[in-house]
Amino acid sequence: MPVETVAPKIELPKKRDDSVLVQKSSTVKVSVHDLNFFYGRAQALHNISLEIPERIVMAFIGPSGCGKSTFLRTLNRMNDVIPATRVDGKVLIDDHDIYAPGTDVVELRRKVGMVFQKSNPFPKSIFDNVAYGLRINRITNSSSELAGRVEQALKDAALWSEVKDRLKSSALSLSGGQQQRLCIARALAIRPEVLLMDEPASALDPIATSKIEELIFDLKKQYTIVIVTHNMQQAARVSDTTAFFLLGKLIEVNTTEKMFTAPNEKLTEDYITGRFG
Amino acid sequence: MTALTALCTLLAVGALLIILSYIAWQGIGSLNLQFLIDRPRPVGEGGGIGNAILGSLVLLAISSVIGLPLGISVGVYLSEVGTGRFAGAVRFMVDTLTGIPSIVTGVFVYAVLVLPMKHFSAFAGGVALALIMIPIVARTTEEMLKLVPHSLREGALALGAPQWRVTLGVIIPAAAPGIATGAMLAIARISGETAPLLFTAFGSRFFPSSLNEPIASLTVQIYNYAISPYDEWHAQAWAATLVLMVLVLGINISVRFVTRKRF
Amino acid sequence: MDLHRHLDDELSSLRDRVLLLGGEAEQALDRAMYALSERDSDVARQVLDHDDQVDQLEVEIDRQCIDIIALRQPAARDLRFVISVAKMAPVLERIADHACNIARAALDLNNEPELKSAMDLNQMSEHALGMLRAALDAFTSSDAIAARQVIKSDTEINDLYNHTFHRLIELMVTEPATATRDARLLFVAKHLERIGDYVTDICELTVYMAEAAFIKHT
Repeated sequence: MPVETVAPKIELPKKRDDSVLVQKSSTVKVSVHDLNFFYGRAQALHNISLEIPERIVMAFIGPSGCGKSTFLRTLNRMNDVIPATRVDGKVLIDDHDIYAPGTDVVELRRKVGMVFQKSNPFPKSIFDNVAYGLRINRITNSSSELAGRVEQALKDAALWSEVKDRLKSSALSLSGGQQQRLCIARALAIRPEVLLMDEPASALDPIATSKIEELIFDLKKQYTIVIVTHNMQQAARVSDTTAFFLLGKLIEVNTTEKMFTAPNEKLTEDYITGRFG
Repeated sequence: MTALTALCTLLAVGALLIILSYIAWQGIGSLNLQFLIDRPRPVGEGGGIGNAILGSLVLLAISSVIGLPLGISVGVYLSEVGTGRFAGAVRFMVDTLTGIPSIVTGVFVYAVLVLPMKHFSAFAGGVALALIMIPIVARTTEEMLKLVPHSLREGALALGAPQWRVTLGVIIPAAAPGIATGAMLAIARISGETAPLLFTAFGSRFFPSSLNEPIASLTVQIYNYAISPYDEWHAQAWAATLVLMVLVLGINISVRFVTRKRF
Repeated sequence: MDLHRHLDDELSSLRDRVLLLGGEAEQALDRAMYALSERDSDVARQVLDHDDQVDQLEVEIDRQCIDIIALRQPAARDLRFVISVAKMAPVLERIADHACNIARAALDLNNEPELKSAMDLNQMSEHALGMLRAALDAFTSSDAIAARQVIKSDTEINDLYNHTFHRLIELMVTEPATATRDARLLFVAKHLERIGDYVTDICELTVYMAEAAFIKHT
């Protein structure tokens, strides 16, 4: 007698979550309008207009000197520390123009955190590094709450298990990859809303790099992340949308999938296929 | 080539060792506890350099209290705050001041402090030494601060720290070992100064009782004993030289030890 | 830049290879139909003997595609090209296989007396060959418009097949003596119709490569 079998349910792979891409219904976190940027007389950015939705990862790609790092730094006004720079245009974060006179730059930088290309831990202990932002912004007075925030930040940066027994030891005793994750923890400790990453993995070996990339993947559930990278494969692996810059101009913004299979602009395609740059 | 440089090294180090050992040989004979704690006595009665040692320490203390904060502040200004032509002018003046002969500084303080006060004083001596110290400390502080990587500044700024906090909380601590080294080396340098003290602290045969009085110092005492006609005092001069040398070497070595790399 | 010069060389070599494979498929079909209509068994045997080389060429193309993807990480247009070639090679190889099947049928039929109804098949095979050539041309020049035209003409082959099917069934019923031969011819017609479908697949890949548009199953 034939046994009745139920046909096994075939599990189709989950479709890529397209709902957080540009031009869909999600909220816009950062909105840039006609941004021009000058180093003295030289114009570094030309009429950049761009929208960054919240809780996605956007990658900035382009050849060296194309302005992607300069543009990144306009988003938290880090270019202010360079003398003789001038900004023209609007950068709106949560609908507030950060270049409007009277803007509290310190508060802006608390909201928009930054991780740099070469990790730059302070010559203090691991704990003091992560606590630095919390202390100077007087985020908490209680030392137990401070310790709790430090622990959480280190966990978010996937570093806690490696350093929990030596929080008081020097930050400089960590490896390169660990130092970079420490800098990420330091930035995360003050709970920014946007995280800017300027080639965060370019000085790291492949294993450390992939740890950082996995971390970014987890972080985007909570933060809006903008990452500058000169490594196109990294942009393809990590980001939801990609923006291509060339000579200070924004050439194209597109979903990463489209960017790497069928970009709109010929210049973009030439760059991506390695025809120049 | 290697042989040549090795030879030069031997010559330089050898010269230093010869000086040190000669001084030690000459001075060790007169060195004893009594010598170190007693004050000078007339020829033939022995005596010591106790007050001179104390005097030197007092003068170092006064000049450090005045000179270090001022020097470091100027250094911080030149490195962190000052931009443009005013800072350039300040830097130029500081550089010029490092080159002024110490006796000129001594004469200046004589005219400005000693004459109005109508007497020599430890305080005036301290001021003279401080004036020599300030440009040196300012320049080394500036150099040490400049050595702090720019990335540390950016890291702190990006966390929402205002500029002054970055300077005080991150940059200065990071440069602290270097600044401390510079400070200690400046102290070692001025502990060997004689000329400016001649017109300001002047010298004394007694233990100091107030800062408003003349005060003895190792260097002036050595000078006085060395140009005297008495052999006994010549021997004491050698011993005092040995003590001074030990003091200076001691400061240098302890600076190196204390500021060895930990962070 | 050295890097992309190597890539360009490899892409060119890949294109040459796949066009060579296309040429082989064309030639196999042409000669198989010649063997059938001119009753030339030698030509039929040549087609069969040559098939190993065709298979070998497909394997080489497959391997080269994987190497390019692994080592050069092609993107955008280059990536679409390599993927299309990787999918096209097996299709061309199957066209050549169907041609072999036609050659085998020719060998069998040539051992038996001639049949008049072979003429319809010539029309079908001319059409199929025409489609294949046009598809390969469209691929070479990345011409999506031409490719779409070729897809449209697949309906003609299907119509011809239906017509031939009914004719041959009719013949099998009315003249049972020739039934075996009619059946063989029916299979040849089926092979030709399948070749038409494969050519359609090639055209869909060309459209994807040129325009990044998926038109499969539409």
